[in-house]
Formats: sequence, structure tokens, C-alpha cells
Amino acid sequence: MNLIVCIKEVPDTESRIQVRDGQIVEEGLQYVLNPYDEYALEEALRWQENLGGQVKLLCLGPERARESILKGLAMGADEAYHVVAETGQGDAYVTAQVLAAAIARLGDYDAIFCGKQAVDDDNAAVGVMLAELLDLPHVAVITRLEITPDGKSARAEREIEGGKEVVETPLPAVFTAQKGLNEPRYPSFKGIRMAARKPMTLWQLADLGLGDVQPGVELVAFMTPPARAAGRVIPGEPAEAAKEVARLLRAEAKVI
Amino acid sequence: MSNNVLVFAEQRDGVLKRVALEMLGVGAELAQMLGGQVEALLLGAHLDHLPSTLAQHGATRVYMADDPALALYSSEGYTNTLAAWISQAQPAIVLLGATALGKDLAPRLAARLGVGLAADCTALTIDGGRLLATRPVYAGKALAQVRLPGDPQIATVRPNVFPAPAPAASKTAPVERIAAAVGQVRARVVEVLQAGAGEIDVAEARIIVAGGRGLGAPEGFTLIRRLAQTLGAAVGASRAAVDAGWIDHAHQVGQTGKTVTPDLYIACGISGAIQHLAGMKTARCIVAVNKDPDAPIFQIADYGIVGDLNIVLPLLEQECRALLAD
Repeated sequence: MNLIVCIKEVPDTESRIQVRDGQIVEEGLQYVLNPYDEYALEEALRWQENLGGQVKLLCLGPERARESILKGLAMGADEAYHVVAETGQGDAYVTAQVLAAAIARLGDYDAIFCGKQAVDDDNAAVGVMLAELLDLPHVAVITRLEITPDGKSARAEREIEGGKEVVETPLPAVFTAQKGLNEPRYPSFKGIRMAARKPMTLWQLADLGLGDVQPGVELVAFMTPPARAAGRVIPGEPAEAAKEVARLLRAEAKVI
Repeated sequence: MSNNVLVFAEQRDGVLKRVALEMLGVGAELAQMLGGQVEALLLGAHLDHLPSTLAQHGATRVYMADDPALALYSSEGYTNTLAAWISQAQPAIVLLGATALGKDLAPRLAARLGVGLAADCTALTIDGGRLLATRPVYAGKALAQVRLPGDPQIATVRPNVFPAPAPAASKTAPVERIAAAVGQVRARVVEVLQAGAGEIDVAEARIIVAGGRGLGAPEGFTLIRRLAQTLGAAVGASRAAVDAGWIDHAHQVGQTGKTVTPDLYIACGISGAIQHLAGMKTARCIVAVNKDPDAPIFQIADYGIVGDLNIVLPLLEQECRALLAD
């Protein structure tokens, strides 16, 4: 099995996000491998252990994303390709076009894994767009995957409202990983030591034959969401407070 | 290109998603600003009962591909049919719900048509003749305002944000049947597994009762479920409760779970970590029950009760039940 895992570096979910002059303030942000991409990578590693083959990481992002690529290599990926560019931030269509161009240079593959969304842009669109641009089938937001021993097809469960869809697809295909798919491993001490010695290829957009990529989205500005009114604690013994809250929910908030 | 707004009216098993009606409301406003019409499009099988509902909620025309081959959703079959129709009708704007289906369909459709996507929008307007969309990013810690340079302009719309227009029984609309251009489908749904009977998904719920680490044990969700049942609510959970293995991830609210906008969110034993607050702070009304008076959740709760939730929740359930029985 030749498996490709697309990864992105994002601000840690603990981060406070501040907006100044219509832009996200980047100073002080701690970056991590996108949590959903860890599930994607873990799944690829498990199928590699099961069926053999190679796991390649592909990352579009600025230079600093090297840290997250190294984490992926330490978890067990065999090699990495880093498209060093700031482009695609907030624009899933641009990101998908760049990844598609990069994947065209990676040779044969049986499956592509992505996280279901990056926790910064929250587009939840790159994996599906990538499938369309590569003319592949996809199953998005998967919580379970079975690949047949011949590596030719797969059966996946994906989350929908109030249940799951079971989807069968021939390979190659694109899968986007949801939390619950697996429990990502921690990099071992040996894995961390080995990571820096694994092959990492750096590409510029021009190396992929990409000049100005057609934008899908134009950012006007970032804004701070409106603040909520200060909270209010209802005093009294539990019985009184519960009664008062129930009354307010009906009389004041009108929600029950 | 026309000045029309096309609303993809999602249905499952012959039942319209509420967001389809919500989109007819905001879609009509956008169409009016553009000098066009809001139209609806239905895909599926056995749909004859649905166009009248769409018309009553403002659709001026309903396009319908009613075909057994569309009975079960497939990203490819729906994209093929929708893309063929859009290329012909050339709407200015296409709106889809940011549901499990809409989030799966919209990116493939956009890439097929060679355009970008404004995902999960919470505000939409027209500025200079073009769509101006606002969408939460970083799980709602910030908002991004975006434009779409390509045509058509495709956006998905977050459920529960826009009001559904009041239906008018007098409104009717012509129904036009369109071809089901399903084509080649490689990824096929072979089965749909339902969660527990009568369970409401947090992403669709008007009321959510959520539990966190403060429940102390998985059994704590018994209290949560009882209150949820009384209120007709969905059961939510914090990441701590999910990571402890007390409840399935499908219930998780927050940055690595679902971002929700219910009318009422009751947070029980949830301290209010920044990742959790990001996912629920746009709820219209927030109630917090926690024994720690300094828990950050109290800073954003409209109504807070400081106390032991084993005592408070049964009392609250009893009071709500009495009120609802009135």
C-alpha cells in the first residue's frame, strides 16, 4: 500500500485568538500538527503495518510547519514532502489545487488520508475538493475503515446526523478522518531520533508548475465575535435556584 | 448568469432539513438585493409532497430530480446532477446547508465548477453586487469575512442561525422536473446505521444538555439524559467526558467536536475550557450548573447555578417538567 497523508500545522486549540487591524495576531501562538491529521496519519500507519508499503507525508505551509512534519515522521511516516508557501491559508480551493499538483508528482498511491478539517480555517473542504480535482472517490468524516487484503477496495463508516453511513469504494480514494477513528500513537524516543534523518523534500510552488493559483476565496477581514453579556449567578438554595432558572427560561429567555 | 439564488433543499427519507427553510429566508433577501428570485432544488426519490412546503416558505420555483438512483445520497451522483443543472441555469448564488450531507457535497460541487467555497456561514449579504459572507474560524474564536471571486458563488449555511420564514399557505410555485444525471458512482452508501432511537443530534438540536468532567463518572450521563428527555433535547459532552470514554465522540461540542448554535445550552459539570466555549458560546441562552463558583463557564452563562449537580439537575428536571405540563 502506498499511502499519502496530507497534514497542516495549526495554532494549538488552547490558543486565544486575537484580531488586530482585520488580521489574526500571530505573535505568541503555539503551533501543532492539526489534531484531525493525527487520526489520518495513525490510520495510514496502521494499514501500512497491516498490508505493507510506504507512508508519505505532504504538507503545504510556511517554513515553521517543519516541526509538525517532523512529528509526523517521528510517529512513523517514511518520508515527507513540504510545499513551502504561505498560500492557501483560508482558501480550501487553493490548498486543494496545490496538493493535487504535488500528488501528481508523488507517483502511484492507493489511498490519500486527510484530517476532516483544519481547526484554524474550519473549512472542512480540502480533502473532498482534492478528491474531485484528482477524479477520485472519497469518504469524508470517517470513524472506521476496513481495507480489503488485496488493497483494491475499502469499506468506511462516516458520521451523519443521528447515525452513520456505511460506504464502499474502490481504491485509490480519499478519506478524511474524524475523531474516534483511532487513538493516535505518541512518537517513541527512537522515532523522534530517526525523524530528522528521514527524507524530506522541499518544494516551491514553481517546482510544481504552479504560478498564480486561481483563488477560490478572497479574505476581506477577520473580526472579533461579539462578546456575550456578563454571566449572572442565580442565588439561593438548590431548590430555589432551580425553580427560578426554570421560570426565567420560560418567562425571560422564552426557550422552553 | 442570472440574478437568482438557488437553495439546495436537503431532505432525508422524505423529510426536509430545517436549514433548507432557513436558507429560503436569507436566500429571498439576497435575491431581492440582486433583483432575482429564490429558487429551490430537490434531489431524491418520492419527493412529490415536498415542493408545496418549499413554496409556502418562499421558493418561487422548485426544481426536482425525483429518481430512485438518487434515493441514497452519494457525493458523486448528487454532484453530477447538481453541476449539470447549475451549468445550465447559471444561478448567481448557490446555498447548501452545512449539514453532514452539505459539507460532503458542496466542496466537490465547487471544485467541479472550478470555484471556491464559503463554508459554514453565519451571515450573508450583498455588497457591490457580490456575496459578502461571514464565517466563524478557529471554532468561533474569530470571524472571517470573505468574498467569492468565481461564479457561481457557493456557500454552505450553518443550521439554526437564520430564522425560517413563516409559511404562507397561499403561496405556490411551479415545479419543474430536471434530469437525474447520476453518472458513474464509485463511493456508494450500502447501509445507514441509526444511533439510539429518538436520539437527537447536537448539530440539529434546539436544546442541548451537556455534561463534562464534573459528572465524575459515566453514570452521570443518566442525569443528563433524563433532563434532555424532559426538554426534548440532545445530549452534548465536553472533550474531557469524551476522552474519558464516558460517551461517544458524536456528542462532543467544541473545537475538536461540533460547533453548535442552539436556543438553549445547559452545561453541567463543564468548567468552560476555551475549546469548549468556542463551540457553544453562540447559543441564544446558556445555563451553567457547576460546584466551582470560579469556573469560567459562569462568565458567559445567562443563568448560573452554583451547586452539586447530583442535587441540582433532578430539581431542575422536576421544575422544567412541571412548567412544560402547564
